[in-house]
Amino acid sequence: MASQWNVYESFQALLQAGPYHLALEGVLVLCIIWLFTAKKQPSKLVRLTKKEEEELIAEWMPEPLVPNPPPEDHPALHTRTVYGKAGKYLDLGKGEKLLNLGTHNYLNFGERPEIEKAALECLHTYGVGSCGPRGFYGTTKVHLELEERLAEYFNCEMAVLYSYGFSTSASAIPAYSKSGDIIYADEMVNFILQRGLQASRSRVVYFRHNDINHLEELLEEQVKQDKKDPRKANATRKFLVVEGIYMNSGLMCPLPELVKLRQKYKLRLFIDESITFGTLGKNCRGITDHFDVPMKEVDMIMASLETSAASTGGFCVGTKFVIDHQRLSGLGYCFSASLPPMLAATSIKVVDILEKEGGDLVAELQDKCRLMNNKLKGLPSKVTVTGEDISPVKHLRLVDSSEREVEEQILRDIAEKAENYGVALTVSSYLWDKEANPPKPSIRITVNKDLTEDEVEKALDAITKAVTDILG
Amino acid sequence: MSLLCTKAQASSSFQNGSIASIPTKLTTSASGDSLPPAKKIFHKKEEDCSLFVAFFTFLSYGVLLLVGYVKEFFNPPSTKEKNREGYVPLYIGFESFYTRNVYRRIQDCWNRTICSVPGAIIDLMERTTPDYGWTMKLTGKIIKCINVGSYNYLGFAENVGPCHDAAEETTKTLGVTTCSPRLELGSMEIHQKLESLVAEFLGVDDAITFGMGFATNVLNLPSLLGPGCLVFSDEFNHASLILGLRLSGATVKVFRHNDAQDLEKKLREAIIYGHPRTRRPWKKAMIVVEGIYSMEGSICDLPNFIRIKKKYKTYLYVDEAHSIGALGPHGGGVVDYFGADPKDVDIHMGTFTKSFGAAGGYIAGSKDLINHLRVTSHAQIYAASMSPPVAEQIITSMATIMGKQGDGEGRRRIQQLSRNVKYFRQRLRQMGFIVYGHDDSPVVPMLLYLIPKIAMFVRELTNRGVAGVGVGFPATKITGGRMRFCLSAAHTKEMLDKILEEVEEVGRLCGCRYSTAVKNPEPIEW
Repeated sequence: MASQWNVYESFQALLQAGPYHLALEGVLVLCIIWLFTAKKQPSKLVRLTKKEEEELIAEWMPEPLVPNPPPEDHPALHTRTVYGKAGKYLDLGKGEKLLNLGTHNYLNFGERPEIEKAALECLHTYGVGSCGPRGFYGTTKVHLELEERLAEYFNCEMAVLYSYGFSTSASAIPAYSKSGDIIYADEMVNFILQRGLQASRSRVVYFRHNDINHLEELLEEQVKQDKKDPRKANATRKFLVVEGIYMNSGLMCPLPELVKLRQKYKLRLFIDESITFGTLGKNCRGITDHFDVPMKEVDMIMASLETSAASTGGFCVGTKFVIDHQRLSGLGYCFSASLPPMLAATSIKVVDILEKEGGDLVAELQDKCRLMNNKLKGLPSKVTVTGEDISPVKHLRLVDSSEREVEEQILRDIAEKAENYGVALTVSSYLWDKEANPPKPSIRITVNKDLTEDEVEKALDAITKAVTDILG
Repeated sequence: MSLLCTKAQASSSFQNGSIASIPTKLTTSASGDSLPPAKKIFHKKEEDCSLFVAFFTFLSYGVLLLVGYVKEFFNPPSTKEKNREGYVPLYIGFESFYTRNVYRRIQDCWNRTICSVPGAIIDLMERTTPDYGWTMKLTGKIIKCINVGSYNYLGFAENVGPCHDAAEETTKTLGVTTCSPRLELGSMEIHQKLESLVAEFLGVDDAITFGMGFATNVLNLPSLLGPGCLVFSDEFNHASLILGLRLSGATVKVFRHNDAQDLEKKLREAIIYGHPRTRRPWKKAMIVVEGIYSMEGSICDLPNFIRIKKKYKTYLYVDEAHSIGALGPHGGGVVDYFGADPKDVDIHMGTFTKSFGAAGGYIAGSKDLINHLRVTSHAQIYAASMSPPVAEQIITSMATIMGKQGDGEGRRRIQQLSRNVKYFRQRLRQMGFIVYGHDDSPVVPMLLYLIPKIAMFVRELTNRGVAGVGVGFPATKITGGRMRFCLSAAHTKEMLDKILEEVEEVGRLCGCRYSTAVKNPEPIEW
């Protein structure tokens, strides 16, 4: 019968089949044989009985939510309270107002009436909160205006605004640098930048503070590595993260040398100008202005508005190509409510003032910084002050090293004593176990542009007396 | 495609979106223990689209991507970086490809600018694009719209009234900023007042506040957790929680959205078998959930999570960013909604942006917890403290909600919101739209699936005077494109009716009334 399979006929069909057909059939047969004969992996998980499971669950003793709660007398639980506005003088409830050498209002904008007026006008229009992220009706005319003004101020194409100083640098860096990339960072970068570096999952290479030679050595080493694997090198982005003036040391970064290295080794340069915004440069445009470096040599400038701008939030400026990316990839931008409009309005006013009077303000501030520097040289020899002479942030440290807690306590005692002599000082606070490179404990002295010579003299007296009282 | 087929088969019997077993009021037993009967299941299966709609959703993305590939093959992207020849390119392939070819075409639906207070009615600034979305320009025309996009649940986004007056006074007396972190010279009386008010509002020992809600999660989770800790995180948790958990270094496992059974099963297994590699017992375990999920509109199944946490000795972290103020008879959030004991939730976290019309976040709980955060929180040490007028806005609005001032205004707003939410959701379902989330949630996601429909819906609604928000991939899954309405106590019934009328009209035009569930034929009363 024609419909019956004939063994001979099927054999003939097999011989007539094309070679590809036979090969495929062969592979399939081998797969089936392998599936049947391959040894099954013994299950790694031993299945327990219900009783055993319940016993294990009952036995498990987790530690308390807070295993080591701080003692009641921990200094962080008894911070000083500031009454009234924070300006050149602070009211700490001690009767007389104290000279403020601890907060970051270098240009004293908090005391200018036009800033307050701008905030109130905006409050009357927009209320307080923006009630939404930038993508969902949280963008107001004020935010757009501030971004435009900041971009214009720095002579860049675009600026992006964040609602918190901390999230600015911590969101900007991971938006560009991913796992597989390399970031070269100064070892004294502040904690906020360190969190940004951690969030990026990239390989972070720290170089010695302000040591260009060390950085160059590290870059040369990487070049040798790259030669061994050029394919990987072509897919690895390299970044360089520095600060204009370092919060942890008061020293300035050597920008011209860094730019040369950037050009030579094809790095992308990100500068955090939280301290140098409004305090450096003959046109008050920050560190690029101070060193006369054109903006096209820098990939991105990040800054917090919580220092000299006396507001809240932060911003990044650069080319449109670089900055626009953050509008979809900056986590702190996309997933967070936008800056309250009244705080953005105060920043616009600050930019107005800086554009008109910036050069003068910087000159005045730098004079006071130099004056403070000179006067502080007259302190007893048991303490030393570090920081650039034109830096508004200086660090007072003990010369004799001892254990960190002991040093901190001594400095705290000095700061407390100084209050009795009319000066408010603050000990720099750090999360010691989380910092990548914890600096030595210090008292951070900030310079206010409106300080008079008498006041600086008074400050020196007060600090000298306090140091002598505590250290002898 | 194969995943779709199984999903379609699994949900072949479409369920009505509403849930019949929400325990809205709980009776407390004689001992004061307020746990509900655990048998009721709060986790609901949302209605799903048909295979037909899913196919067209994928097709719409496919066509856009294909057109993009062809276009870029003949005309490579012209946005090349200047002054950086020879550098490794800054952006990798697919992310920017998607932005250039899909997002760019409809980007006028997002990042819209307003020039008024983000209240019930906003002044939207019209924009046009001369080049198909590459650049946007303001035309100068203002469109007045009813605002269903901003997070203004209790209507405190106001530029008149007691909150505004108090904020103005505070700006004059305390200035706009402190320029210093809390631990140094940035702590003012107003911060301490705010923190004790928050603690009182939530019924816990103490609270600590921060200047930004996003940063509250990111900077405090690393202080509470570390390597060796186990965390169970809901599938749809917010980006701030995910980032905070990643930075903490703890082992994170994900459980199905709001599914207490899935959580219990995975938690049992994890505790019994310990760390996957070292087999050591975990130092501690934590469950991280949100009160209301902002994309799903669902309310967390708190009673079951509390039951599980007690049974397995884990800790519970509830992020009430959207639920604080918006849920519960006293505005106390999801804990108040279920009548649970605030002490059962170990860490209460929330933000002040949504229901209080301000900015910032808080964490509240036991004294030990808050003291620990005061000493170790990154924000206390490195970030400037909250701006005084913002703190004042929160104090005034919170006092109003608590009934301490305002002559019952707080109660009125809570009730108005509750009525608005029930009315709106029921009307939308009656019209035939697929709406996700629980009946009491003020976040109302309405499913559209196809990305072109999202764009059309947003644009058409704007033309008709309603400003809504559309969300698509990658914020949601590919077949999850939706409109998201955020209701407010500032919306009157007339505004809601207008919104519903326009939504019905545009829904008819777009053809997005996908629901095949049985509809309630009775007219809905407000």
